[in-house]
Amino acid sequence: MENIIKTEKLEFVYAASDDAPSRIILNKLDLEIEKGTFVTIIGHNGSGKTTLAKHFNAILLPTGGRVFVKGMDTTDESLIIEIRRRVGMVFQNPDNQIVATVVEEDVAFAPENLGYPPNEIRERVDEALKIVGMYDYREHAPHLLSGGQKQRIAIAGVLAMRPECIVFDEPTAMLDPQGREKVINIMHDLRNNHGVTVVLITHHMDEAIGADRLIVMSDGEIFLDGTPRDVFLQTEKLQETGLNIPVTAQLLHKLKDDGFDVSLNALTIDECAETIYGELYANHKN
Amino acid sequence: MLKDITLGQYFPGKTVVHRLDPRTKLVLMIAYITALFIAKGLFAYLFMFAVLLTCLTISKIKPKAILRGLRPVFIIIIFTVVLNIFFIRGETILFKYGIIEITAEGVITAVFMASRLMMLIVSTFLLTYTTSPIALTNGLEKMLNPLKKIKLPVHEFAMMMSIALRFIPTLIEETDKIISAQKSRGADFETGGLIKRAKSVLPIIVPLFISAFRRADELATAMESRCYHGGEGRTSMKVLRLSPIDYIALLFGAAIVASVILLGIYTN
Repeated sequence: MENIIKTEKLEFVYAASDDAPSRIILNKLDLEIEKGTFVTIIGHNGSGKTTLAKHFNAILLPTGGRVFVKGMDTTDESLIIEIRRRVGMVFQNPDNQIVATVVEEDVAFAPENLGYPPNEIRERVDEALKIVGMYDYREHAPHLLSGGQKQRIAIAGVLAMRPECIVFDEPTAMLDPQGREKVINIMHDLRNNHGVTVVLITHHMDEAIGADRLIVMSDGEIFLDGTPRDVFLQTEKLQETGLNIPVTAQLLHKLKDDGFDVSLNALTIDECAETIYGELYANHKN
Repeated sequence: MLKDITLGQYFPGKTVVHRLDPRTKLVLMIAYITALFIAKGLFAYLFMFAVLLTCLTISKIKPKAILRGLRPVFIIIIFTVVLNIFFIRGETILFKYGIIEITAEGVITAVFMASRLMMLIVSTFLLTYTTSPIALTNGLEKMLNPLKKIKLPVHEFAMMMSIALRFIPTLIEETDKIISAQKSRGADFETGGLIKRAKSVLPIIVPLFISAFRRADELATAMESRCYHGGEGRTSMKVLRLSPIDYIALLFGAAIVASVILLGIYTN
């Protein structure tokens, strides 16, 4: 498979200042992200996950090692626009990403920056708004929308660049449960139906469930890396980093400890319910 | 409570005046104000007043909105009137008491000055009440575009203006929250003398500034992520284009300025 993002011994160090010693945020990190996959990166605060994400579209530049986006070195100043139009980024606070006072004008911001002709911009804006289901709100004022709706506008604003990869940096942290669910669904829709590579940075374990790959970060290094199922099986290792596995997996682990013969593979609520039902039914028969 | 503040003075509508290109309206406003200063004599003033009244009627701006808009400048108008009445000397003395002297010429000049001032202000309402702030910013940017040649940062100014407009409601909401938070911890904003009250504003201003800086930082990162690199090579989704009604309106404007000049020549 083709890589969209590749880091080689990526290092990021905050230089020492008068009142603080130098601090290593990312420590010789090697990572490859395959095109078309859904990758979740999890870690507690200060694990370096956001710093890592900001290297993917040249917002931050490595202090050591290198980052490549589709083979382009992010330290090459002349490639910066080419890199950023391919790897978009959605941030935590929807309010601080919206530039314009009208929804469609905001979505048009990126293609305007890229210098597309007006009719092409119109086409991209309409397409992006339809993907996130906000087309009917195109003439509204963003400050009157809910947090979840604003975040969907922010996603549309990135989609209008037609990027190959979108990095979501804790996109649900400030949203209510409904808004959160919508945003998660959109991320999966982008991966499944629009060929967009999704990198999700989060500290919600349950947001990792549907991912193709789960990377756990700790102290600027990759601590665990694999499919969500594989990672969640390593309960003790996860707890070492102060992270908890999703409640579904927790429940199954406890049942297993208590002597029930359940499989530990179920992650979604439906799968989990199915597993427990199967076990109870088998017991009942005996 | 702060949220109820109306942003700008724009009243959305679908009249001809609303549909005019913002650039046309800007040019017409400047033309009207110029004409006001050229205008001399009762006829010219009546003519200018009639023009203004017609435009206001077409634009369907409510008289109440105009009065409310005039309220803050009322003191200036009264000041002008008083100054003119007392300090303009003339032949026909209407009233004399000690050194105070009111002349007919003074009264006439005062009335003219006051009506000129009021017409001037109301004509600017015609622009700001019927044009959304964003359209106005876009129009200004387009009109000032030639100034880019002499290295004036026209695009940057327009971008700053529109971001400021975008963040006004957000910051108002935030101020509201901070006030509530400080009140709930026992801050008192309502009582005390001037100095005490001024001091009590500090616990609102400081957090507001800190948050505004944080927002600015995040917004800058988000804008860069969306390939913002200044005004160079930037296009626009909505292209401002002058329509036939714009040309007609501009013709009317030229005709009005010409008539005022002619009126000035013939009445003298």
